[in-house]
Amino acid sequence: MAKNKEILRGADIFCRALKDEGVKHLFGYPGGAVLHIYDALYKQDAVEHILVRHEQGATHAADGYARATGKPGVVLVTSGPGATNAVTGIATAYLDSIPLVVFTGQVPRAMIGNDAFQEVDSIGITRPCVKHNFLVKDVKDLATTIKKAFYIATSGRPGPVVVDIPKDVTADSCEYEYPKTVVMPSYKPVLKGHPGQIKKAADLILAAKKPMIYSGGGVILGESSKELREFTKLLGYPITNTLMGLGAYKATDKQFVGMLGMHGTYEANMAMHQCDVLIAIGVRFDDRVTGDLEKFCPNAKIIHIDVDPSSIAKNVPVDVPIVGDVKHVLKDLIGLLKADIKNLDKKVIKPWWKQIDEWRAIDCLKFDRTTDVIKPQYVIEKLWELTKGDAYVTSDVGQHQMWAAQFYKFDKPRRWINSGGLGTMGFGIPAAMGVKMAFPDETVACISGEASLVMCIQELSTCLQYNTGIKILSLNNRYMGMVRQWQEFFYDKRYSHSYMEALPDFVKMAESYGHVGMRIEKTSDVEGAIKEALALKDRTVLMDFVTDQTENVYPMIGAGKGHHEMHLSTDIKRELA
Amino acid sequence: MRHIISLLMDNEAGALSRVAGLFSARAFNIESLTVAPTEDPDVSRMTVVTNGSDAIVEQIMKQLNKLIDVIKVVDLNDTRHIERELMLIKVSTKKAARDEVRCLVDIFRGRIIDVTENTYTVEMTGTCDKLDAFIEALDHDLILEVVRSGVSGISRGDKPIQS
Repeated sequence: MAKNKEILRGADIFCRALKDEGVKHLFGYPGGAVLHIYDALYKQDAVEHILVRHEQGATHAADGYARATGKPGVVLVTSGPGATNAVTGIATAYLDSIPLVVFTGQVPRAMIGNDAFQEVDSIGITRPCVKHNFLVKDVKDLATTIKKAFYIATSGRPGPVVVDIPKDVTADSCEYEYPKTVVMPSYKPVLKGHPGQIKKAADLILAAKKPMIYSGGGVILGESSKELREFTKLLGYPITNTLMGLGAYKATDKQFVGMLGMHGTYEANMAMHQCDVLIAIGVRFDDRVTGDLEKFCPNAKIIHIDVDPSSIAKNVPVDVPIVGDVKHVLKDLIGLLKADIKNLDKKVIKPWWKQIDEWRAIDCLKFDRTTDVIKPQYVIEKLWELTKGDAYVTSDVGQHQMWAAQFYKFDKPRRWINSGGLGTMGFGIPAAMGVKMAFPDETVACISGEASLVMCIQELSTCLQYNTGIKILSLNNRYMGMVRQWQEFFYDKRYSHSYMEALPDFVKMAESYGHVGMRIEKTSDVEGAIKEALALKDRTVLMDFVTDQTENVYPMIGAGKGHHEMHLSTDIKRELA
Repeated sequence: MRHIISLLMDNEAGALSRVAGLFSARAFNIESLTVAPTEDPDVSRMTVVTNGSDAIVEQIMKQLNKLIDVIKVVDLNDTRHIERELMLIKVSTKKAARDEVRCLVDIFRGRIIDVTENTYTVEMTGTCDKLDAFIEALDHDLILEVVRSGVSGISRGDKPIQS
């Protein structure tokens, strides 16, 4: 006789399913439609609930948690405004392929479609920015749907999944059993790449004279940094990482030529432009990476490895497409290359390296180190030094994000956490909080600016409640820096609405939230301030760096330009002339 | 180029909106779209007629395949296939054109399925071209109402498209 299964209420099934799924942290905010669930959460201790101050903060925190750990981030919000507030965070995760499972409360089934209080069509609103979503119409489907949601979010190309649960479903009861696996005939992500294609790629790779490895976030999501390093070392080829891929390859290694794209290094972009074989791994040829598609890698045969077939040949035609999990494909490729490595004449690419080193010698990231006005780049460089390059660094969006990507040299994957695809201001603080929840003993820094900072500032309360000591470095130039930079370059210096007037006193603000605030105005004070902040282990510290107002991010590829058509800083242009 | 895309998907609430939403979100063109359950009530069959370059149609196929509910996607243009559309059309016969309309309906192998003093209601199946040609052959002033089902397609030969 089979053992009788337990009968549980929907709300308890929710809690048990999370426990059985191994979920440790749940980021959420209560409300009417999820009150049964909150009552069930109160009675259990397997899952720790973290009360945020705004639902956007919940999704970003779960997102940061997911990016740092590789595990799915889990969110619980109420119906209506709870769900709509979560949308920005869901879209942020969607654009960067981050595994999230977001539970939204819904009005009782009989009220759906009735314009009930706090009712919104959460499934309809989130459809274009999720990997998949579910409306649970029967408590008997709840456990299986939760299992499916986690499976879909974390497999193949990861992404956010929304599960919308009507309030009465959480009150109904049924037998509980959490499925060990789910079978979905319509969803079977590909793992292995096609052997014939991998062989073709290997031959092309070995015959290259000016090869270039271009790898991205897919390598980090696919946990294949080790394989990427082995592959790159085996060949001795130059490698660039996208904004999302930083850390997948050691930034301090000499084969690394820096980030590419709109604010990529001179050497990375020039090498892209002139390479003859481009090995694209876990990337999606985003417009911020490619510049003008007409001018993209004009002389290169392109190999593209990606788990998502729709990423391949979406923007750029590809010579050797390989659909498969990056880890599996790289392993197979390394196997083939090792067998043939005697055919690789490393002398062939010597002139290529010589050329790259000449480009590198231009030192495109050079900035003025003589002034006492704080240069934003200097702050990040100091943070990198003082944390020995080993901190978790989140960012918001804009100039500070690009400088962080350029000047914090990430040697490990999952250390650099930023909203690359959607470019969501307000991401940095909650994301840092999420990372700190996962790794309470690690240093977590949030590089931000005074404009982004205030977009999710309310989460400083959450940081206090849960004692998540994050270090916020605000590069305060009293401008929306990136907007200002574009207006300087492309709108004849008409700084329309990019000036941040009436800024708060950030020191007092930090203090009012119960944290430590610092204002740093001179270059000579930067190092001391960061040291002091890092020494305050358990405290959240907001460092308000008053930086040079007019500093720009260089290099820059303008709209409609190719990789070889970068804006360089005036100093470098003068030297080159 | 015009493509007829056939897809099998889970017969779930909201499945249609996922496909329709995908086309609008990615600015793909939809000429027509039909959907109904198959012999298996858990599976729906959809036929989408779209227009686009090879690269765009390749993206459409890939994006459709990526939808979790979609079981199978086939571009019928890749194989020999048959397409049919059903049209119901109400035609005025006030101007004493009854014989002429009946004659045209016969030529196009349609059927008159409802008759009043002033109208014929005609049922006709065929390719889009044929239905267009019938509409063109009619005196425009006589057409009172046109209802078209959109194209349904199936491949020729022994091999079925199955989930």
